Amino acid sequence: MKPGWEAVIGLETHVELNTKSKMFCSCPADIPDEPNTACCPVCLALPGALPVPNEKAIEGIVKIGLALNCEINQSSLFYRKNYFYPDLPKNYQISQYTFPVCEHGSVPVDVGDESVTVGITRVHMEEDTGKSTHVGEGGGRIHDADHTLLDFNRAGVPLVEIVTEPDIRSPEEARAYGAELQRIVLALGVSDAKLETGSMRFDANVSVRRIGDETLGTRSETKNVNSLRSLQRAVAYEIERQIQVLESGGSIHQETRHWNEDSGETTSMRTKEESEDYRYFQDPDLLPLDVSPEWRNAIASTIPELPAVQRARYVASGVDAKTAELLADTAALSSLFEEAVEAGAPGRAVGIWLTGDVVGHVRRDDGDLDAISLTAAHLVELASMVDGGKLSSSAAKEVLLAAVEGEGSPSEIAAARDLIQVSDSGAIEAAVDAVLAENQDAVEKIMAGDAKPIGFLMGQVMREMGGKADPNVVRELLHAKTNP
Amino acid sequence: MPVDIDIAKVAKLARLALSDEELAAYSTQLENILENAERVQALPTDGVEPTSHPLPMVNAFRDDVVEECLDRDSFLPSAPDTQDGQFRVPRILGE
Repeated sequence: MKPGWEAVIGLETHVELNTKSKMFCSCPADIPDEPNTACCPVCLALPGALPVPNEKAIEGIVKIGLALNCEINQSSLFYRKNYFYPDLPKNYQISQYTFPVCEHGSVPVDVGDESVTVGITRVHMEEDTGKSTHVGEGGGRIHDADHTLLDFNRAGVPLVEIVTEPDIRSPEEARAYGAELQRIVLALGVSDAKLETGSMRFDANVSVRRIGDETLGTRSETKNVNSLRSLQRAVAYEIERQIQVLESGGSIHQETRHWNEDSGETTSMRTKEESEDYRYFQDPDLLPLDVSPEWRNAIASTIPELPAVQRARYVASGVDAKTAELLADTAALSSLFEEAVEAGAPGRAVGIWLTGDVVGHVRRDDGDLDAISLTAAHLVELASMVDGGKLSSSAAKEVLLAAVEGEGSPSEIAAARDLIQVSDSGAIEAAVDAVLAENQDAVEKIMAGDAKPIGFLMGQVMREMGGKADPNVVRELLHAKTNP
Repeated sequence: MPVDIDIAKVAKLARLALSDEELAAYSTQLENILENAERVQALPTDGVEPTSHPLPMVNAFRDDVVEECLDRDSFLPSAPDTQDGQFRVPRILGE
């Protein structure tokens, strides 16, 4: 960021819950491809149809609120948010206003080596809209569309909106928050949280101000951000754009902007100038929600270990923070890691093998981590072979990758590939003696205090042993025998 | 008690095209309603429990169960315009 400036960022995140049925009717929430085949009088807003809330969705939002350290309002109300748009069948969206289900939370986020806390203003329950397809010369762009087609399959899918405080200060923090929120939602199992399909979507509110300014600058709201990478890019773009406008004497308009992935720019949505007035009022069709302490506690008891706790546990078993994050983010790796460490394998070595060697190997071949033949038992055996001096660290990596490819257990592979190290000191000692006898000049130098020839002698012994001697044993013997 | 109300704005927000006569008539009617509300506001309510909802009930829920949806052919043909199984509407943003 340009020196002298500070960015103030808040994120609004929409998460579609993965309930079986919609929020207020019994149509499937897992929507079919064929348009308008998951619709009923309620989600099409036919006159007289009445909404009935899905209990499972309420449990889902309470889970999210608890995982984000929110207070859960025992009494909470549904409101109508009134606006006209073709994808909104009722001309209002059932949402919440005052008294959302969850308020006043926070989520700790790691950004590089630092940890920041992002405040959560509120988490509220609402329903998704239908899907518009803009048809025309512009290839789906709304401004060039000739007409628009509407599919109401998605209308009424349970949607949770998570609003942060304006606590975020950089594009990197925005991305880190987005990633952590996605992990939490996935861990809770309440949504598939896919940015690419829109089951999780971010809107970024960005403003800038000169460092030292007390008042907030005018903000823009950027939509259509459909990956964590584009979240970071879009926020960075907005910050730079706003600073440039302000430095050249212009002013920022409060407006909605559209992130364009291909051009890497945000553009104004050119919506109408009039300010939005949603005329929120309590939905008379819906009763108040009452999340009793008993119900809240019952829901709390179903919350699994959260990603931050999982990572801390991994760090405690010996891996660094980055490795812990990679492991925890990949289910196939985390289960192998946990099982191997549980069975006594050293966390550090297993963590490096999995996130470094195994991931690198599988990615090179465009393979699937879920389909590898490596088991936790293999990792345990491999670690104990290295520990016992039977495998060199480089041989261990060869064995590891062969196990990934399904060549068998580490001991079978090591035997088949003739990689077992000799740590029998008798055999090694004979080789050491032979090498020392042939290299008296080197021995004399070492005895005289020059340690350099040790490396040369090591190499000679290893060659004598066909590369299969335990280097630790060789080194010890050489030191012992050349010690004056 | 005069109540300030921008009836033209309210009509616009509700997408209602009202004539000047209608605007004047509804303006009077809405003002009367709001004045009545003001009278209620002025009543002494100390010791009265706030009511957020007229029904003495909470949590009317539905189990998360999928039931049969409407056959598309039963509702789509009622739309003014359709295409490929979808509702078809004019372009959304005007010039």
